[in-house]
Amino acid sequence: MMDDLEKRMIDGFQRDLPLVERPYAEIAKKLGVEEDDVIEALKVLKENGTLSRVGAVFKPNTVGESTLAAMAVDQDRLEEVAAIVSNFDEVNHNYEREHRLNLWFVIASAEKGGVDSVLEQIQKMTGIKVLNLPMLEDYHLDLGFDLRWT
Amino acid sequence: MDDLDRRIIMATQEGLPLTLRPYDDVAKTVDADPADVIERMKRMLDQGIIRRVGVVPNHYALGYRGNGMTVWDVPDDRIQELGRKVGALDYVSHCYHRPRHLPHWPYNLFCMVHGKDRQSVEEQTARIAAILGNTARDHRILFSTRILKKSGLRLVA
Repeated sequence: MMDDLEKRMIDGFQRDLPLVERPYAEIAKKLGVEEDDVIEALKVLKENGTLSRVGAVFKPNTVGESTLAAMAVDQDRLEEVAAIVSNFDEVNHNYEREHRLNLWFVIASAEKGGVDSVLEQIQKMTGIKVLNLPMLEDYHLDLGFDLRWT
Repeated sequence: MDDLDRRIIMATQEGLPLTLRPYDDVAKTVDADPADVIERMKRMLDQGIIRRVGVVPNHYALGYRGNGMTVWDVPDDRIQELGRKVGALDYVSHCYHRPRHLPHWPYNLFCMVHGKDRQSVEEQTARIAAILGNTARDHRILFSTRILKKSGLRLVA
């Protein structure tokens, strides 16, 4: 279970980590605790997976390129194909989903042409067509996630 | 955006160090002055290149086990207006226009819906359907059944 300090940090600082020399001291000041306590608590939350990270959320495709890709994989080949896909460093999310197109993954590369190259390699290695679904426009204003503690 | 901006993005995309002076550490990595790193990040925040700076929670670890990728077939000439409406909902974490692949994939609007469980994702999707009304010709929810890899979005040089 998370303690009160951890909850207050997640609630209050998804978009308000000040860009100053000692940002964790600013959190500490606002929450009335010590800077070291904030840093320790953030380390714990990161280690146990509650936080993906502490830092900046960048607009997609600002540096490099990325895409969402989907494949229709027979159930008896799913493990094998999923392993091939996940093995690429450029693949950072890979989900099985309930649809005929059952394997969905995100490819990101800092290099021009990097995404196309991974798409081609996956098609070649698996013999399965990969659907390429790049973002054309983004409609989400990312203000963080409003959590409802229960 | 110049080369130093890019180096700052590469150095911070997986998070800031949890140290007393994290921007000093970033500055060392990118071989720049800490004050310059902070100024550049402020500028990127103003320009919208950085959307926010803060703690980034993992929905799944926080008990949001329902993760539905909802996909919608809406008219291309209205997608911007409709996408902005749906993208503003607090239970939608991503909302993108993506290309159709006809005839098998008619969907052009992708909205990620998070909820405590499958049922709450279904209820939230019904609310989106009500907002879109008959402008949405068809939609589906693709629930995730397994996370096969999740390393956080990062660029590989």
